[in-house]
Amino acid sequence: MNRNIKDTIVESITGMCVLMIIFIIVSILAITIIGGWPNLNWAFLSEFPREGMTKGGIFPAIVGTAIMTIIMAVAAVPFGVITAIYLAEYANEKSVIARTIRFAVKTLAVVPSIIFGLFGLGFFIGFVGKNLDSLLSGGELRWAQPNILWASLTMALLTLPVVIVSVEEAIRTIPRDMREASLALGATKWQTIRKVVLPGSVSGILTGTILAVSRGAGEVAPILFTGAVYFSSHLPHSLSDQFMSLGYHIYIMSTQSSNVDATQPIQFATTLVLLLLTFSLNAIAVILRYRIRKRAK
Amino acid sequence: MNDIKVKVKGLSLRYGTNLALKNISMDIPEKMVTAFIGPSGCGKSTFLRTLNRMNDLIDNVTIEGEVQIDNINIYDKNIDVVNLRKKVGMIFQKSNPFAKSVYDNIAFGPRINGVSKKSVLDDTVERSLKQAAIWDEVKDRLFHSALSLSGGQQQRICIARSLAVNPEILLMDEPASALDPISTAKIEELIHELKKEYTIIIVTHNMQQAARTSDLTALFYLGDLIEMNKTEIIFSNPSKKQTEDYISGRFG
Repeated sequence: MNRNIKDTIVESITGMCVLMIIFIIVSILAITIIGGWPNLNWAFLSEFPREGMTKGGIFPAIVGTAIMTIIMAVAAVPFGVITAIYLAEYANEKSVIARTIRFAVKTLAVVPSIIFGLFGLGFFIGFVGKNLDSLLSGGELRWAQPNILWASLTMALLTLPVVIVSVEEAIRTIPRDMREASLALGATKWQTIRKVVLPGSVSGILTGTILAVSRGAGEVAPILFTGAVYFSSHLPHSLSDQFMSLGYHIYIMSTQSSNVDATQPIQFATTLVLLLLTFSLNAIAVILRYRIRKRAK
Repeated sequence: MNDIKVKVKGLSLRYGTNLALKNISMDIPEKMVTAFIGPSGCGKSTFLRTLNRMNDLIDNVTIEGEVQIDNINIYDKNIDVVNLRKKVGMIFQKSNPFAKSVYDNIAFGPRINGVSKKSVLDDTVERSLKQAAIWDEVKDRLFHSALSLSGGQQQRICIARSLAVNPEILLMDEPASALDPISTAKIEELIHELKKEYTIIIVTHNMQQAARTSDLTALFYLGDLIEMNKTEIIFSNPSKKQTEDYISGRFG
């Protein structure tokens, strides 16, 4: 075959693949926006579901998702930052322990999210919760059941690798001469980390947090068994309450609802809210990360 | 000649198996300027960094021999490296102020040592900046970022930052190599002023700078100390052929 023809064919195939991807993204956005935009209004965002969840808004799902991601971040970020500090500042690259941690972090990042859900069910509810109950209330059921705390902690485990990787990357961009300047003034290693390294890594810590939140906000599988509910007539007001979540709400509205057709506008609008939320969080993270990389050069 | 401040005895340093400093011994007098010269890679910066144990930060470094400061071996097991580095300040080749205000840069050292009283910090900042001959240039922008200053000003900020912890010895690792002639002249003038109170050890690959600023000069070559003497003798009447060749530009 003529080499020029081959070239044209390869170019066409690669071009078509790109077009395909653009087509998919545009379709998702178009369908969601066309279907969801007309139903997106203040009442939808601020009301509880009504009439067997075929009318009304998604207020409790928004609040539930928000609280869940906040608790998740409070748990995952400090833990992730401390791990990242250890990996970047204290661990000897070649040591067995550093390599083990790195292997564990990578493995954690590829575990399917439903496995986290099962782990949360088994560990937090079946083990921690059960023992808490027998310790605190003589076996009366309170913590050994799904709730927002266990769901958030399960989600924290899922998002931990994201935090660790972003923070470690940021810590490593702090130039060596900054650390040396601090040490040469008689600062201890910990003072150097606290006063020089961490302040310089703030944008990395923020990036990690936002990426974790945006990942956690959209995930359903980990909270399926650990705390999310179909419907709740009140907002969670204690850590042992269950909660509604946006992702789970979409799932139940489209598969479990008594009248799937009637709830279609709600599904679209909820999807749009979730998409807007995760897109904007990701956009912020991308901008922050771009800034860190620029500084690293 | 003044009293001996730093006494080095048989110091050797290895990176892994590579011998970077070979059995160095020398006496450095107090409140004078001692310059280390020599071609790149001769070990002069490595040697400087053994004097405040900055090489401790690098994996695989092994050190033999002794460095005595005020008759105390700083490689002794009981030595607190943090205290040592307060006493032996360091100025780096590339000015490295923190991404903080001028004030916070200078106050960094006192603060990590537990000083928090504002009046004390204010005094220290002013005194240090004055000593580093940069007070007049920055007194109206103490709370601007130190990174907004010029390279020469940044380097004097770094000197002021070191002075703020009241060191006795200042190690300067090619402090002017990245600066223009005017900034370099200011740093050299400053060195001249500072030696009244501090023992200064400066690494430079600029021989005129060594000749202008120092009282004593030591020539390093491939990890060996070739010769050390009064600067005027090194530059006019060295005893070793290698020294003569180096200062006359025949190698290096």
